[in-house]
This record gives sequence, structure tokens and C-alpha cells, in this order.
Amino acid sequence: MAIGTAAGLFSGLFGVGGGSVIVPLLVLWLGYEERAATATSLAAIVFIAGFGAAAQGLYGNVHVLDAALVGVPAVGGVLLGTWLQQRIDVRSISLLFAAVLVASAIELVLR
Amino acid sequence: MIGAIAIGVAAGVVAGMLGVGGGVLFVPGLVFFVSLGQHQAEATSLLAIIPVAIVGTYKQDRYGNVRRADALLVGVLSVAGAAAGVALANTLSGTLLRDAFAVLMVIVATQLLRRTLREPS
Repeated sequence: MAIGTAAGLFSGLFGVGGGSVIVPLLVLWLGYEERAATATSLAAIVFIAGFGAAAQGLYGNVHVLDAALVGVPAVGGVLLGTWLQQRIDVRSISLLFAAVLVASAIELVLR
Repeated sequence: MIGAIAIGVAAGVVAGMLGVGGGVLFVPGLVFFVSLGQHQAEATSLLAIIPVAIVGTYKQDRYGNVRRADALLVGVLSVAGAAAGVALANTLSGTLLRDAFAVLMVIVATQLLRRTLREPS
């Protein structure tokens, strides 16, 4: 219950899935191994993002067309990413992604 | 529009590879390329996450990695938290919310770095 509430709060506040909160909690509190934690977290996110999107919809903030514009290509991207994961070194991608995040964070604040 | 599609693909690829990165890329992508405000970008990101999470869950479930009962429990019990989080976000100014989001991005980047450096390839 605590995990659900914390994840929901985090997800609703920031518009993200909440995986970065759920995964460590499943590992620490419930003794999950990482792969099961990631998979279970994804399934929970379907509900969490659904509730969050519905609540944001009441505020009139959801742009459905734009959501499709990024969300539909992302489905293809996930399939590609899962395929690539088995074939290339994930570590370099992970480092690159971390760098992109920091650069975007700086850009966001300077805007 | 091309930018938004590219962000979608990129977010999907990192989500599939690293297990994180749907929303954390959707939100800045929607701000930079579609010029949404911070609140609208977050709200739209939540909707965009749903198909990605459904497909990811389906794939993971076939490998037997999803513990369905726990996922359902965490998911259903998140409703109050999600409503509170959205209400809180809507009381904050776009600027404050944007800066908080930037901090979140740096935290996620740090988590990733720590995980990457800890794991042997």
C-alpha cells in the first residue's frame, strides 16, 4: 500500500511512470530480484499512469494528439530497445542516456 | 512533429533497454519540440506512457517476470497517491514544477550511473 501511494504521488506530480520509485522499493522491501521488479513495476505503471492521466484530464491538461505522437512511436521503440538489449553493450547506452538527461535538465532550467 | 516522433522512438528504445526513461524523456521532449507548458507536458506524458507500459508488460509477462498479484495491488492502491500528486502538481507554478523536474532528471541520471558502474558488463 505504501509503495502504491508513494509511486502514485511521484507519478502524478512529475508525469512519469514511477518505475524509479517502485523498482528499488520492491527490491528493498519485498526482496524482489531486479528483473522481476522491473517487470512487475511496468505492469503497475499501466494503472498508475491511467489514474494520473484521468486526473490530469479533469484539469484539461492532456493533449491527446501529442500523446499519440510520442506514445505510438515509443511502442516501436520499446520493441527495438528490447531486441537491441540482447545484442549490444547496454552500459555505453546507459552512460549516454545519463548524459542526455543532465544536458536536458540544464536546458530545461535555462529556458 | 518529426522531433516529437523522434523523441517517442528514443524514449521507447531506452525504456526497452534500460527499463527506465519513458516519461523522463517524454516530458522534456514535449516541452522542447511541441512547446507544451510543464503541466501539459506532464499530463500528456502520462497518457503516452500507457501503451508503452502495456506492450512492455506483455513482453515481460511472456518471460514470466511479472508478479501479477503484486502488480495489481500496487497499481490499484496508487489511485489516491496519483490523484494527490496530480492535484499537487496543479497547485505549483510551471516554473517551480519545471525546476523540480530538472532535479528529478539529474537524480535518475545519477541512479543510472551508479547502476552502470556497479554492474560488470
